[in-house]
Amino acid sequence: MKRVGILALQGDFEAHGKALARAGAGAVFVRTAGDLEGLDGLIIPGGESTTMLKLLREEKLMDPLAEFGRRRPVFGTCAGAILLAREVSNPVQDSLALMDIAVERNAYGRQLESHVSKVQPDEEFARRAGAGEMEAVFIRAPIIRRVGESVRVLARSNGDPVLVEQGPYLVATFHPELTVDSRVHRLFLSKLSDGNGARR
Amino acid sequence: MYLDDSFRVKVGLAEMLKGGVIMDVTNAEQALIAEKAGASAVMALERVPADIRKEGGVARMAPIKKIREIMQTVSIPVMAKARIGHFMEARVLEALGVDYIDESEVLTPADEEHHIGKRDFKVPFVCGARNLGEALRRIAEGAAMIRTKGEAGSGNIVEAVRHMRTIQKEMKQLTVLGKEELVAESKKLQAPLELVEWVAENGKLPVPNFSAGGIATPADAALVMQLGAEAVFVGSGIFKSSDPEARARAIVKAATYFNDPAKLLEASEELGMAMPGIDVSKLQESELLQTRGW
Repeated sequence: MKRVGILALQGDFEAHGKALARAGAGAVFVRTAGDLEGLDGLIIPGGESTTMLKLLREEKLMDPLAEFGRRRPVFGTCAGAILLAREVSNPVQDSLALMDIAVERNAYGRQLESHVSKVQPDEEFARRAGAGEMEAVFIRAPIIRRVGESVRVLARSNGDPVLVEQGPYLVATFHPELTVDSRVHRLFLSKLSDGNGARR
Repeated sequence: MYLDDSFRVKVGLAEMLKGGVIMDVTNAEQALIAEKAGASAVMALERVPADIRKEGGVARMAPIKKIREIMQTVSIPVMAKARIGHFMEARVLEALGVDYIDESEVLTPADEEHHIGKRDFKVPFVCGARNLGEALRRIAEGAAMIRTKGEAGSGNIVEAVRHMRTIQKEMKQLTVLGKEELVAESKKLQAPLELVEWVAENGKLPVPNFSAGGIATPADAALVMQLGAEAVFVGSGIFKSSDPEARARAIVKAATYFNDPAKLLEASEELGMAMPGIDVSKLQESELLQTRGW
């Protein structure tokens, strides 16, 4: 069984643990650089990106995570998407910068703008993970404002990309871990087995 | 369970706050210190509980201007307190656009019989509880997050421990009861059977369960996390200490590394003085905040 780390500094890491179990992988909570050893991939969960960033810096985890990301697939949801993006705005903040995307934090507004939508993933997603619309839970969510040339958009909501991939990296601005639909987690797990490492 | 989209989105934000620290702040300057220290959210209020306890009088929702300044200053979620039963303070806070409302025993209750009907609101609510019955009644009313009441402003963890242990024990007991016994238990807990059955089956609350009321040190935060809290609220503990910035950082670290004594030791060094504490057993019944709410 594949062993996937979940960054467990703050946020909904337990929900990701359950989602991984449903998708058929083992979860390891990652709180130190040593915890990364022997893992096949990493999930950065939802939560407060400022809190995670603060702890990543203080515990000197920025470099070990970025280095892990150059060797293994990484999947981020919401705050995780913010931490993986090359550019972050509202406000501008630091990140692991593994993906060529620009993300605006809290772009829909405050909690009153949090919502559940139906999203229709594109054919590429359907082919690899299964067809049919998907429920997307957006919580004070970011919006992906720019995607680089090598980034593929797998689903949009109101025209904005909400699920995108670039080689071994996958990010969602919504929370697949808060629904029982395992397709997004299964898609991520498929990146672990195809042995493509961190090819860009 | 109330699994409509509105409730899922309310619980969803509580999920995002897990493993973090929500800090009481009275102005934008404190909010910024909290955010920089790694708070996952801030709670706006007029006076911290320790001052409410000292100064007395009627404690109300914070001034709107202060809350708005805080919302404009930080990018993390901003919560605000409303008085128990004061659904119009809650409506004002909802119109302002705060991210969560705490229907809080720390403020002077506005209604001695009824809590706010929280399901009618779009904004999510957190409520305090001392035991399982209280927690489930609040959830039935629409609360999307529960926190222990503890004894706010006391700097004493004993009541938060009592409340967390009580809730955990009462939940464990439900898991071994039969169907008929749950009906009787629902009567005793004064909570809807549907929720009692849910807890019996799952062994936990249907919404996130946080801890508040008396957390003053990193070890206090780790203690309640060990007992089952999924995140912590710190009221007076930070801004009534001698070095709020250092203490805020340390408690954030403790909430993450609650299972790692070496990291907790690091977090506990060079903190300055904690807030002064109160022996809760010496307080008069009328001085207790935790007995507010029904």
